[in-house]
Amino acid sequence: MKYLKHLTAAAAVALLSTAAGAATLDDVKSKGVLDCGVTTGLAGFAAPDDSGKWQGFDVDFCRAVSAAVFGNPDKVKYTPTTGKTRFTALQSGEVDLLARNTTWTFSRDVDLGFEFVGVNYYDGQGFMVRKDLGVKSATELDGATVCIQTGTTTELNLADYFRANNMSFSPVVIETNAEARANYEKGACDVYTTDRSGLAATRVVLPDPGAHVVLPEIISKEPLGPLVRHGDNQWGDIARWTLNALVTAEELGVTQANVDSMKSSKNPEVRRLLGSEGSLGEMLGLSKDWGYHVIKSVGNYSEIYERHIGANTPLGLARGVNALWTSGGILYSPPFR
Amino acid sequence: MADRTYEIGSHPDLPPPVSETGVIGWLKHNLFSTWYNSLGTIFILYLLYLALPPLVDWTLLSAVWGGNSNQECWAVTREGACWGFIDNRFSFLMYGFYDSDAYWRPNLVGIIFILAMIPVLFRSIPGGNVAAVFLIFVFPWITVSMLYGPVNMTTMGSSVGVTIYSLVLLAGLGLGWHGRKNLNLLLMGIGFGVAYFCAIALFLRWGFGLKVIGTDKFGGLMLTLILATVSIGVSMPLGIVLALGRQNQKMPIVRTLCIGFIELVRAVPLITVLFMAQFMLPLFLPEGVDFDNIVRALVGMSLFAAAYMAEVVRGGLQAIGKGQYEAADALGLNYFLKMRFIIMPQALKIVIPGIVSTFIGLFKDTTLVLIIGLFDFLQTGVSSLADTKWNGLEHEAYFFIGLVFFVLCFGMSRYSMYLEKKLDTGYKR
Repeated sequence: MKYLKHLTAAAAVALLSTAAGAATLDDVKSKGVLDCGVTTGLAGFAAPDDSGKWQGFDVDFCRAVSAAVFGNPDKVKYTPTTGKTRFTALQSGEVDLLARNTTWTFSRDVDLGFEFVGVNYYDGQGFMVRKDLGVKSATELDGATVCIQTGTTTELNLADYFRANNMSFSPVVIETNAEARANYEKGACDVYTTDRSGLAATRVVLPDPGAHVVLPEIISKEPLGPLVRHGDNQWGDIARWTLNALVTAEELGVTQANVDSMKSSKNPEVRRLLGSEGSLGEMLGLSKDWGYHVIKSVGNYSEIYERHIGANTPLGLARGVNALWTSGGILYSPPFR
Repeated sequence: MADRTYEIGSHPDLPPPVSETGVIGWLKHNLFSTWYNSLGTIFILYLLYLALPPLVDWTLLSAVWGGNSNQECWAVTREGACWGFIDNRFSFLMYGFYDSDAYWRPNLVGIIFILAMIPVLFRSIPGGNVAAVFLIFVFPWITVSMLYGPVNMTTMGSSVGVTIYSLVLLAGLGLGWHGRKNLNLLLMGIGFGVAYFCAIALFLRWGFGLKVIGTDKFGGLMLTLILATVSIGVSMPLGIVLALGRQNQKMPIVRTLCIGFIELVRAVPLITVLFMAQFMLPLFLPEGVDFDNIVRALVGMSLFAAAYMAEVVRGGLQAIGKGQYEAADALGLNYFLKMRFIIMPQALKIVIPGIVSTFIGLFKDTTLVLIIGLFDFLQTGVSSLADTKWNGLEHEAYFFIGLVFFVLCFGMSRYSMYLEKKLDTGYKR
C-alpha cells in the first residue's frame, strides 16, 4: 500500500511538471502546427466532409487560432476526442486547445485545472414534440412520455424541471441519439429532450420536419466554449482574444469580404483589431496583423455561425441568445483597446 | 415387372429408393429427420420468411442508388437504403484523411501484400519460402516508406551520418561474408545483422523519395487492416516465444517473466491497455520523447494479442505427448531443432482453430482504437453520419461496415478450415 502511495505521488509530480511545462505558444510555433482537439463528429459543430476535411463551427475556431498564430488557417492537426478522452488529451499535452462543444462548469474550470476562454455557443436543454399534439409550452407536458439519453445531465435536469413545476413524466430511456430518434419517430414517446442544437439536428432528419416543433423553454444552461490548460496565461489570452476578435469583428461589421478595405478604416477600434495601428498583437506575442488574418481566414462570428449551423444550413438554428448584445442576444466582447 | 429369380450373389444393384437420394433424400436426412428437427426447420423457415423479404427490399429493391445527400434520397423514398452515402463517402471510409492524390500508395502496398501472401497461404503455388522471407524482412519497411514517406532520423540529419551508416553497412557485409567463409555462425549473424539494420535505416531515410504523409491522416479500412495485420504478424511469433518461455522448466526467471507478462496483460481489458499507451505514456516519458499515435496503438495491441496467443499455443504444446519430446531427444536434436521440426508443427496444427479465433477477435478489436482518437473503419462511418449532409443514415453505415467485417472475418475462418483439412495427418475425430 505504501508503494502505491509513492507511485501515485510520482505520477502526480509527472503530471504537474508536464502541465506546467514550457510556453504553449513557443511549442506550437516550433511544431509548426496547432494540435486542436475536436469531437469525433457532431452535426454542424465538427465532422469530416466527403473528402475527409474537418468542417464545422468548432473546427473554424481551431482554424481561427491557427490563423492568429501562423497567419494561415490550415496549420491545424485535428485530434478527434471522445467525451471520455477529451480532458485527458488536453491535460497530457496531446492537444494545445480543445474546441469541442464542452460545457463550461465550475468543477471543470476549477478542479480539473482547465481554463475556459469564453463561450462560443450558448446551448441549453429543450423539448421537441409533434405539432399535432397542440402543446405550446413545456409547462403543458404533465404526464408525457419522454425519450431521454441515460447517464447524462439532461436526465437530471429533466427530473428537476418536472418536479419544480409539479408535473409527472414517464421516461423512455435510450442509449444514443439515433435510437432516440427512432423511438420518437415510432411514437414511443411524446417528447424528445436533449440540447437544443441536438434537437435541431434530429428534427431535420425526421420524415416530416415541419410536423415537429421545438418548445420555447430552455431548462438548463449549457455554455459551450473552447478551453486550454491552466497555468499558461499567454496561451489562454491568445485563444480568448481570438474568440473576442470574431465577436468584435461582427459587431464592427468587419467581414471576410471587406477585411482588406477595413484595414484602412477610420474607426480606431477596427484599426486596432486588424493591426493597422496600436500594438495589440505584440502584447499577445503574435504578429501585428493577427486579427486581420483571423477574419480573412474564417470570417467573423456571424459568418462562421451562418456557414455551419445558421438558418440556411440543414440545422437551421436561429441566433437566439447567441446574437450580439446589440441585437438582443448575450454575445459580448470586451473592447480591443 | 415380372418376378425373377437370381442365383445367389448375382442380383444386380437396385437404385436406392427415391426417398433416400436427391433433393428429397437430402431434405429428409438434414431437415426433417425427426419430429423435433422438422419443427425446428419450419420455425426457422418462418423466421427467414419474416426477415428476408424486408431486408432484400430495403437493401436492393427499394434502395436509392446514387443521391448526393440524405434529403435527395428521402425525396425519392424513405423505405429503401440510400447507397449514395456509401458511394460519396467511399474514399473516406477506405483511406480516412489520407491525401487523395496518394491513394495509389496504399493500393500498391495492398497489391504487393496480396501477391506475396498467395504463395504463403496456398502451398501448392511455388515461391512460398521466398515470399515469406520477403514478407518478414523486406515488406514491412516498404510499407512504412510507401504509406508514410521518408522517415526523419536524427542520427542521419547530415551526410556524415549517412556516410557512417553506409560504411558500417559495408563493414557488416564484409564481416558476415568472412564468418560465412570460415563457418563461424556467430560472426556471420552479427555481420549480416548489423548490415541489415543499416540497410533498413538507409532505406527508411530514402523512403522512395515520396512526400511525407503524417500518420494522423491514416484512417478508414486502411488503418483497420494495418492495425490488424501488424498486430497479428507480431503477436504470432511473440506468442510462440512466450508460450515456450512459460513451458520452459530449466530457466525459472524466464518462465516467471513470461507468466507475469501473460497473466498481467490478460487480466487487463484492451481498452485500458490502449488508454494507458495513449495518455499515461506521454506523462511518464521525458519531454521530447514521443511515439507516434499509431505506433502506440500497434504496440499495445500486439502485446495484448501476444499474451492470448501464448496461451493458445501453450494449449497445443500440452497436447503433445511426452513421447514426442523423448523421441526428439533420442534423435539427438537440440532444443531449437526439436521445437522447430518435432513439437511446433504438431502443436500449431492442433491449435489452428484457436489461433484463427484469436486473429478474428483481434481484427474486430481494432475498432476500439477510436478511444485514442484514431479513425478506423467503423469510426469513419460513424463520423460520416455527423455530416449534416448524411445525418440520419445509420442503417446504411452500419450495414456496409458490418458486411465488410463479415466478408473479411468469414474469409479468415474459411481459410483456417482449409488449412486444417490440408494439414490433417491423423488424430482426426
